[in-house]
Amino acid sequence: MEFGNSDTKVSLTTTAVKVLVAGGFGVGKTTMVGALSEIAPLRTEEILTARGAAVDDLTGVENKSTTTVAMDFGRITISDDLILYLFGTPGQDRFWFMWDELASGALGAVVLADTRRLDSCFHAVDFFERRGTAFVVGVNRFDGAPDYDISAVRAALDLDDSVPILPCDARERGSTKEMLETLLEYIMTSTARVPS
Amino acid sequence: MSRSDRKWFDEEAGPLVRPYAVTRGRTRTNVYGLDLITLVCTIPSSADDSGLEPECVRILRLCRHPMSVAEVSARMNLPLAVVKVLLGDLIEQKRLIFRSAAPSSEIPQKQVLQAVLDGIRKL
Repeated sequence: MEFGNSDTKVSLTTTAVKVLVAGGFGVGKTTMVGALSEIAPLRTEEILTARGAAVDDLTGVENKSTTTVAMDFGRITISDDLILYLFGTPGQDRFWFMWDELASGALGAVVLADTRRLDSCFHAVDFFERRGTAFVVGVNRFDGAPDYDISAVRAALDLDDSVPILPCDARERGSTKEMLETLLEYIMTSTARVPS
Repeated sequence: MSRSDRKWFDEEAGPLVRPYAVTRGRTRTNVYGLDLITLVCTIPSSADDSGLEPECVRILRLCRHPMSVAEVSARMNLPLAVVKVLLGDLIEQKRLIFRSAAPSSEIPQKQVLQAVLDGIRKL
């Protein structure tokens, strides 16, 4: 942890951490963020250039060819010293490059899978596997969705045996809490295995 | 508003959008490495803010309690890139302090993970 403005007498002792909620478009990411957040989900926008890169540089942003990508997020104040932010990943595939900034420094991710279109979360699973980001999979129940056996979903997603997968309802606070708890427990057991 | 009121300043410039005007067109790089969850907090009793842009005054008021860059952006209804420029100004003027999250290469400390888990269980 580093302090900015170390020359000032004021110190900022609060730490922020983040967890991502990923999955295909319309799978319930913002719903899950809203079920847990202490504030109504907020939306922030990043400016993109025509080439599709996020910019910190404002050159040319007035140009019509720029676009914005929106991210919804919520906050859980754990204590005076610790804030957890939950970020929903942008659903559209064309915003993939944003995931790197989102995943940077994240504790881990919850991937929501919709059994009506399981392929929509393949990208997310692939991304976190390759990046080495810890994740758990929640199989979201939708009305009219095929009632898959969890082990069948695991096989279809080709998940490693260690990756937790459980049924969930993104609208239910209890269910979303369980997803986050499972993720944290999983991160703690997997970091315990890393030699220090 | 009639259609002619909304015409562009000129074809090259495109539509004039207020959010980018607040940075006065500056293209400063992100010198402090601010990211989505970098926390910022107003330094109490910092200098007189009468000369500041209204947006900066609002940011200082918002950040009396630690708040992430993403949250400032959402509450100010300004894009992240614009907010980072304004926050950079306020940090430089020593009106704000900031704290970056742990580097991504660092494994989160066990106490932090345990505190997050305990916090979630209490929800």
